[in-house]
Amino acid sequence: MNRQRAAWVFLAPAMVVLGVFFLLPVIAALGLSLTDYDLYALADIHNLRFVALGNYWELLHNPLFWAALGHTVYFVVVGVPLSMGASLGAALLLHSPLARCKPFFRTALFAPVVTTVVAVAVVWRYLFNTKYGLANYVLGLVGIHPIDWLGNPHWAMPAIILFAVWKNFGYNMIIFMAGLQAIPADLYEAARIDGASAWQQFRHITLPMLGPTLLMVGILTVSGYFQLFAEPYVMTEGGPLQSTISVLYLMYNEGFQWWNLGSASAIAFLLFAIMFAVTASMLRWGRRGEEA
Amino acid sequence: MSCRAIGFAVLLACQLTGCRQQADDSHTLTFWTIGREGEAITQLLPQFERENPNIHVELQQLPLSAAHQKLLTAFAGDSAPDMTQLGNTWMPEFVTLHALEPLQARVDHSNTVTPSDYFASIWSTNVYEGALYGVPWYVDTRLLFYRSDVLKAAGFNAPPRDWAQWRRMLAALSHPDHGAYGILLPTNEYEQLMSLALQQPEPLLRDGDRYGNFESAGFKRALTFYVDTFRLHEAPDITNVEAGNPWLEFGHGVYDFYFSGPWNISEFRKRLPAAEQGSWNTTPLPGPDGLGASVAGGSSLVIFRSSQHKQDAWKLIEYLSRPDVQQRFYALLGDMPPRRSSWNGGSLHDDPQAQAFREQLEHVKPTPPVPEWEQIANEMQLVAARAAAGDLTVDQAAVEIDRRTDRILEKRRWILDHSRATASAHL
Repeated sequence: MNRQRAAWVFLAPAMVVLGVFFLLPVIAALGLSLTDYDLYALADIHNLRFVALGNYWELLHNPLFWAALGHTVYFVVVGVPLSMGASLGAALLLHSPLARCKPFFRTALFAPVVTTVVAVAVVWRYLFNTKYGLANYVLGLVGIHPIDWLGNPHWAMPAIILFAVWKNFGYNMIIFMAGLQAIPADLYEAARIDGASAWQQFRHITLPMLGPTLLMVGILTVSGYFQLFAEPYVMTEGGPLQSTISVLYLMYNEGFQWWNLGSASAIAFLLFAIMFAVTASMLRWGRRGEEA
Repeated sequence: MSCRAIGFAVLLACQLTGCRQQADDSHTLTFWTIGREGEAITQLLPQFERENPNIHVELQQLPLSAAHQKLLTAFAGDSAPDMTQLGNTWMPEFVTLHALEPLQARVDHSNTVTPSDYFASIWSTNVYEGALYGVPWYVDTRLLFYRSDVLKAAGFNAPPRDWAQWRRMLAALSHPDHGAYGILLPTNEYEQLMSLALQQPEPLLRDGDRYGNFESAGFKRALTFYVDTFRLHEAPDITNVEAGNPWLEFGHGVYDFYFSGPWNISEFRKRLPAAEQGSWNTTPLPGPDGLGASVAGGSSLVIFRSSQHKQDAWKLIEYLSRPDVQQRFYALLGDMPPRRSSWNGGSLHDDPQAQAFREQLEHVKPTPPVPEWEQIANEMQLVAARAAAGDLTVDQAAVEIDRRTDRILEKRRWILDHSRATASAHL
């Protein structure tokens, strides 16, 4: 009994902080999402109407929400494997005993992570410029016609993905490097003695040993990429033809641009539900893989 | 872009520190400005502080991209400044919020602010249900910049006065295969289409601004003209993000018309080489039949109801409304004054490229005075951009804009009916 009470006393400060700064706002936002809180309600609270699940119902019938969800899923499905592949590739190269100037390259590859997204977006907008951009210049050298990267609805999202992958891969690279260093060298030695090729070593030693790291990085990256916002905000402002509007962007527009906080909260909860479902199933799938 | 960087920094700084106006000093006046005005006004304030030594003005410069959120958040968080610059499309929101101080009584007693001297349509954007909430500070309207040398070479000695002439010129000047277009109409800016729509006799909203009126013959005429410009390849189907440096391209003849506002006079003077300075001019907006109206835009100076320094704030408004100060303001920034007497002197009087604006300002129309207007205009442009890209016909686009507008105005209708119901219940 005493021990239990002591445990609660020790837990209390953390619980109070979590309750006040996390749980309470979440519950308030959930309440908000059941109302049509907007500018008029801010002016006079009597203009607030309880709409139950009306905001959710309307969202599910709003083509723009589905479009935004589609763009977000596109970004996640293409961006996460690319980003993780780039991270893993860079980590393997840096981990290789043949690599020279490791600290330099490690810093250089990590540098994009610590840059400001707004500042580098200016540079990338120039790179992607149809007429004067480096991207089209390079493509022109191999005879490919200029691509209207940020102006064509089909190319805007790939451009954003490229930008986001470049911006973010360094972070996961560091985690992968730590994971690679934790793999005992004698495993590789034994494999080499058995005559395993480099690919076989990678396939049967590196990948399985990195399993838990991969799962963790995967889940973190997926949940991070679902919250796509800054990249389209600074690169395309959601355009062209709203082809780079993400769910979070839609929420920002609804909430802070038009002050429809009710429906913005509903978007936030829908996004939360989707992310929760996706990451939970990834976790379950990953655990099953471990047990097998 | 740098604006946005500052915007992020400001937002972040505010989130971290919990921005709050401190009104420790009884004569410190907090004044928020938006965009470029904040830089120019620092040169006008010293004189004001010399004339009013007991008032200290604390200036905060908001970037345009973050200003709207910041003002609303400040109001919601009870930390609004004493006074601010406020775009007149945002004014209905703040009037709805009861955030602004009515100013009619102060104007009545003022020797400086004389309503009859102001352009009537601009003044009227500050009046809601008979009450005055702001004093126009500078005006903004949209008209045509054009390459007079290119037009002359193509056999046009004068700029267009109506849509038919304009269309002929656009057709003659556009050579899309050479990358030359008659005009630049960024598909993510609603001001151009809105200006054309305001020229029409039908209002943009109907039934006391309860429903959209975009299926009217007038709006469809404007939308058709707009969409045709893209379909005939007289304007490239691009946004202002891709337009990059439109000033340079205007100078190179990529575009011969540029549909924009007063601040671009100084941009063109700054960015085009001296040899090209004689080759461009401005002209009032062509209308469907003869000289057309344009939008009555601009910013006003407003005082927040919550302010503790209303008298000091009013002094600053009076100072900034003086014709000599407005002329200096124009010289600094190119922001055009809202009162006729300010136009009668200074560099503005003899400025050839400003004269078209002077003429246009007598023919401007305000946008519908509802808080939802900016959102409606955004939706209008999103649908219009799809029509310009060929995804929708003009009729389909008009129906779609009306549908979206009616959805946005649902709450407004409920409030209007609700307040009428309670009013009649009280009778």
